[in-house]
Amino acid sequence: MTHAIEVRNVYREFQQRSSLGRARGAVCAVDGVTFSVAAGDVLAVVGESGCGKSTLARLIMGLLPPSSGEILVDGRSLVCVDRRERARLIQPVFQDPFSSLNPRQRVRDIVGLPLASQGDLPKARQSDRVMEMLARVGISTEMAERLPGQLSGGQRQRVAIARALVLHPRIVVCDEPTSALDVSVQAQIINLLAELRRELGLTYLFISHNLAVVEHIATEVAVMYLGRIVEHAPTQDLFRQPMHPYTQALFASVLTPDPALGVPDVALGDAYPDPTNIPSGCRFHPRCPKAFSECPATEPDNIRKDGRLVECLLAVDNQTRADRGDGSVAHFQLDR
Amino acid sequence: MKAAHDTYAPSKRWRLPTFGHFATLLGAVIVATAFLVAVFAPYLTPHDPFAQDLNLRLIPPIWMEGSQATHLLGTDQIGRDYLSRLIYGTRISVLIGVLTVVTSGIIGITLGILGGFYGGRIDAVVMFVITCRLSIPLILVALTVVALVGSSLTVVILTLGLLLWERFAVVARTTTMQVRNLDYIAAAQAAGASRAHILLREVLPNIANHLVVVATLEMALAILLEAALSFLGLGVPQPLPSWGLMIAEAKEYMFFSPWVIVAPGVALFILVLGINLLGDGLRDMLRADLRQWRS
Repeated sequence: MTHAIEVRNVYREFQQRSSLGRARGAVCAVDGVTFSVAAGDVLAVVGESGCGKSTLARLIMGLLPPSSGEILVDGRSLVCVDRRERARLIQPVFQDPFSSLNPRQRVRDIVGLPLASQGDLPKARQSDRVMEMLARVGISTEMAERLPGQLSGGQRQRVAIARALVLHPRIVVCDEPTSALDVSVQAQIINLLAELRRELGLTYLFISHNLAVVEHIATEVAVMYLGRIVEHAPTQDLFRQPMHPYTQALFASVLTPDPALGVPDVALGDAYPDPTNIPSGCRFHPRCPKAFSECPATEPDNIRKDGRLVECLLAVDNQTRADRGDGSVAHFQLDR
Repeated sequence: MKAAHDTYAPSKRWRLPTFGHFATLLGAVIVATAFLVAVFAPYLTPHDPFAQDLNLRLIPPIWMEGSQATHLLGTDQIGRDYLSRLIYGTRISVLIGVLTVVTSGIIGITLGILGGFYGGRIDAVVMFVITCRLSIPLILVALTVVALVGSSLTVVILTLGLLLWERFAVVARTTTMQVRNLDYIAAAQAAGASRAHILLREVLPNIANHLVVVATLEMALAILLEAALSFLGLGVPQPLPSWGLMIAEAKEYMFFSPWVIVAPGVALFILVLGINLLGDGLRDMLRADLRQWRS
């Protein structure tokens, strides 16, 4: 079985230029990312703002070319497919439905654009499919004539979902599809996405920083930090037992409903990562509560274990260390 | 549901403060009148604007002594009916204004959208062309071209159209840069839309309201420039009744027959004022419009 999405060692740099146009250095927004998503799965990518989640989404949608590396969607390299074929393979749902819908176009034209761009379907047939899809996401026929400004946030996001699904793509990239919505509407949209996935056999790449949503919808979770995936595991395993200290901190940062408990102390310090100047060794070490002497010097490899992947020196177990003649440090901490 | 729809109704979105509303309305009325007069000029004129009658030279307008009832605004120095010439003059001003704006708009908007959307090298070239255009002295070049090629209505329109595009380009470029990064552009790209579709259907309608404001400014400028060129004898050739030309012809008689210079001057003033009021009003409405979108 081919993977729905396969990302092989992808890098994406952004040149920073001075006002005179001279190159001043590069920000590596995605720094050597490798993963794959099986058809029908939901991979959630989590991480704090600026860690490269959205850049990764744009790379996979083919809206940005990678600096190096290869991205296969449904077994085909994104470089080799033209825009029409790519549109049939993969479609986006964006975060803010106020900016993802053209304010000057009617709902029916917005949803019909992917069909019209294919250029091989008669107009009447296009209109039928648009109406069908709008009905499926819960938008009534009369609203098809409206402008996005006349819809509520939840309705707009439904329209955006209808646009993404009207070509029946196999894969949908959801870039924080609920974070711009009211809490009451978030659940409706998440349930709609989950239903549509079951019905149409979709694969989602789900970018989010809402861990509750991730736990609900995802089958696998990848945690990103400063452009790299530091932990990748099945959702249940990850939530039961986060291995990377950063993942542990992310879970610890979730606010509890009980106000008496206050704001959780995540022990990350306030050293916000500077993406132009990535720390040596393990890039998480300046903020890591469990860092030890080796961390600033050694870049951790990917440790694969029981179908999960973690990039941390602490995960190197005793045996490996002993082989390397270094038995002094032996914490393999899995506690939360 | 119904109520939510009603609050977004366009009529409420375009509500303006009272004075601004009045001024915009006045501008719109002036511009609309000028356009109607220009279109229906042959049906509105009491006389042939080109018919001379040397027996009826410099007759004063109807409210002055020695006037004739058939010539409401009197006649000029060779006995042509002044009201008829003024009405036909509207035609020339409006024609020049519209055609110049269309020509310069096509050039400027194309350059601006391409530069703003693609950025990088293309944008550098566009910026260079805009800077070059800005360093050209407008009146001098217009004068030189007309003097070399000879004066005709077509030459004036083309000269002004080829010179007045830079504001279109600058505004189209900056607004396109703002729109380019919005998600609906990325969504259209992901939907497999062609570049032409993205530029013409996704970008252009969303910057159009800014461009309309520029168009009003440029139209007023083109009308004034045409009057200036015609006044210098390098614009519209005689005997076409351009307002600038009428002022030029009247300047020798202004001490004894002041209306011959006042009438076209006032007409020019009112038309340009009307266009500018309309442009200001559109800009304010646009701001209100933007505020609505942001909320």
